[in-house]
Amino acid sequence: MEKQWAIETQELDIFYGDFRAVKHVNLQIEPKRITSIIGPSGCGKSTVLRAFNRMNDFIPSAHATGEVLFQGKNLYDPEVDPVLVRQRIGMVFQKPNPFPKSIYDNVAWGAKINHYTGNLSDLVEDSLRRSALWDEVKDQLQKSALSLSGGQQQRLCIARALAVTPDIILMDEPCSALDPIATLKIEDLMRELSNSYTIIIVTHNMQQAGRASDFTAYFTMDADRAGMMVEYGETSQIFTRPRNKSTEDYISGRFG
Amino acid sequence: MRSNFATQPFTFGKLHPSRKRLDGLSRFFFNSSNIIAIAALAILLLTIINQAFTMVGTIDMVDRTTLIDSPINSLSKTELISLLEQNLTANRLKTLDRDTPLVERNQAQLTLLVESEVFKTSIVASFNLLDALLHYKSLETQIITSYPQARISMRSWIDWAFITNAMSKKPEEAGVRTAMLGSAFIILIAILFAFPLGVSTAIYLEEYEYKTSRLARIIQLNIDNLAGVPSILYGVLGLAIFVRALGPLTSGNLFGSEAANGRTVISAGLTMALLILPILITNSQEAIRAVPNSLRLASYGIGATQWQTIWHHVLPSALPSILTGAILAISRGLGETAPLIIVGAATYITKNPTGLFSNFTALPIQIYNWTTRPQAEFRNAAAAAILILLILLLSLNAAAILWRNHLHKNR
Repeated sequence: MEKQWAIETQELDIFYGDFRAVKHVNLQIEPKRITSIIGPSGCGKSTVLRAFNRMNDFIPSAHATGEVLFQGKNLYDPEVDPVLVRQRIGMVFQKPNPFPKSIYDNVAWGAKINHYTGNLSDLVEDSLRRSALWDEVKDQLQKSALSLSGGQQQRLCIARALAVTPDIILMDEPCSALDPIATLKIEDLMRELSNSYTIIIVTHNMQQAGRASDFTAYFTMDADRAGMMVEYGETSQIFTRPRNKSTEDYISGRFG
Repeated sequence: MRSNFATQPFTFGKLHPSRKRLDGLSRFFFNSSNIIAIAALAILLLTIINQAFTMVGTIDMVDRTTLIDSPINSLSKTELISLLEQNLTANRLKTLDRDTPLVERNQAQLTLLVESEVFKTSIVASFNLLDALLHYKSLETQIITSYPQARISMRSWIDWAFITNAMSKKPEEAGVRTAMLGSAFIILIAILFAFPLGVSTAIYLEEYEYKTSRLARIIQLNIDNLAGVPSILYGVLGLAIFVRALGPLTSGNLFGSEAANGRTVISAGLTMALLILPILITNSQEAIRAVPNSLRLASYGIGATQWQTIWHHVLPSALPSILTGAILAISRGLGETAPLIIVGAATYITKNPTGLFSNFTALPIQIYNWTTRPQAEFRNAAAAAILILLILLLSLNAAAILWRNHLHKNR
C-alpha cells in the first residue's frame, strides 16, 4: 500500500510574475513529525511553505503550477476554497503577530469565525495548555495580548493556530525574533505538539533544524536564481552523511 | 609605539562663534513659517475679538424709568412678557407670536425685545474694544457731547440672545440660530452620505483591488484630482444634479412637500457630501494602509474570510484615524461657503430648518452677508458669528484629537 503523506508536492513551480522562484519541488511530508526546510536566503523556502496553505495568494503576482496534495486533494484546484485550506493547515509567522485584543479573544476568535459549537472557554484553556502558556496567563486572560513578552506572544500565536484544530502547522522562522531561552521553549513545544500535529518549519538556524526536526529538506538556488530542493531525508542522515556536496558545504558553514 | 592621544588630557573648548551663529540662524529660519502662522492667527483673533466686543452709546426713545423701577436685567420672564403685552400693539404681538410664542422665548431674547420694542433703544455710537480700552474717557465725553442723554456701556455681541435669535433687519437683534441649525443640518446630511460611501470606497481600493490594476489606478487618480477641485465647482455640480436634474426629489414635491424648487437643505447636504468625499476617501485609505499587513495575514492564517478580516481586524485598527479624518472633513465642510451660494442658500431667513426640504442658510453665508451690509453694527454681528464658527471648528478638532487618543489608549 502506498504511504499516506501529511502533505505532498508534485512538480511544484511557483512564479512571481515571470520570475520562477521555485522549480520542480517534489516533497513528501511525514505525518506527525517535524520537517525542517533549510537553505540560503532567497532559495524559496518560505515560498514553498506558504504554498502549503495558499498564503501566496496574497502576493498579487504569484501563481503556481504543479500540485500540492493534501488528503488526496490538490490544494490549487479551482474548486478548493483557500479559506478552508488555511483552517486545516495553520501558520505561525516570523514575527509574533497577536491580534490587538485580549489573550482570550486571540485564541477564541478563530474558533468563533469557524462556527465552533463546543465550549469556548474549554477550548481556550486546552489550546493554551497545549502551547505551554496556560500557567503563565491563566489569571490574566482578559489582558491585552500585546502586554505579553515576545516568546509568550509567539506561543499565543501557536495556541491561536491550535484553536481551529488544524492537521498541519506551518512555522515560518518562528524563533528568529526571540531570545535563546524563548527559542528553546518553542522547540520543546514543537516536540510536544508533534505527537498530535504535523509540523513544517522554515529556519535559518542550522542548530535548530538539527535539534528540533525529524526530517530536513535542503533547498538552494540554481543559476537562474530559481529555488530547488537538493536533498531531503532524515535529519540525522542529512547532518551526518549528506549525499550532496552542496548540502555538506552549507551545513558545515562553508557558505550561506 | 604608543599613541600620543592617550596621554593628552581632554578639554572642552568653545564652539567657534560663527558655527554657533549659523546654528541659531538656521533654527530660526526653519521655524519661521510657524512664527508667521501663529502671528497671523493671533492678529486674526485679535481683530475679530476687537469687533465682537464694543463700547456702545445707546439712547432710549421711551424713558425706561417711567415703565420700570429696577434695572432691566433684574426683571423676571413674566415681568418682561407683561411689559411687552402692555406696551405693544395687538398686531405686533400677533406677529411676534407667530414667529415664536413669547412664553417660549428665553430671558435674553425677551430682554432684547423689550429694549428694542418698548424702550425703542437704538445704538448711536459704537467703538471697538481696543479703542474703548485705550481711550475710554475721551470716547465717553465724545458720546456725551453729541448725545447728552446716551447711556454708555460695554456690549458683547456674542451672547445668549445672539445664539438663540433668528436673523433680523436690526443688527442689535440679529442672531445666528437659523444659520447654526442650517449648518448642522447640512453637515449631518453630508456626513451621513459621505462617511459610509467614503469608507467603503477606501476599503475597496485598499483591500480588494490590486494596487497595480488599471481600474484601481484610474479611480485613484480621479479621487486625487477631485480632492483638488475648487469648491465652487462642486456648487455648480450640485446645482446641475441635485437642484435641477433631481429637482422633483430634492424639493420633496414627490413626497408632498411644498418647497418651490430644489434649493433645499438636502441639496446642500448632498453637495457638501460630494465635496468632502475625496477627503474622506484619502484619509480612510491612509488609515487602512497603516494597518500592519501581519495583522491581515494572522487573520487569514486561521481561516478567516476577507470580510471577517476586514470587519474584525482592519477596520477596528484603522477606525481611530478614519474618525479623525471624518471630523476634519466635517470642519472643512462647516467652513465652505462658495458651493452653498451656488446651490442656493438664503441670505435672509427667520425660520428654522424643519426637515430635508426646508430652505436653509449656513454660518459662513450669514457672515458673508453681514459683512456686506451698510450698517456698521452688522460688522460687529459678523465678528461675533465668526467667533462662534471658530469655536465650533476648534472644538470639533479638539474632539477629534481627544477621541483618537482615547481609542488608541483602549487598544
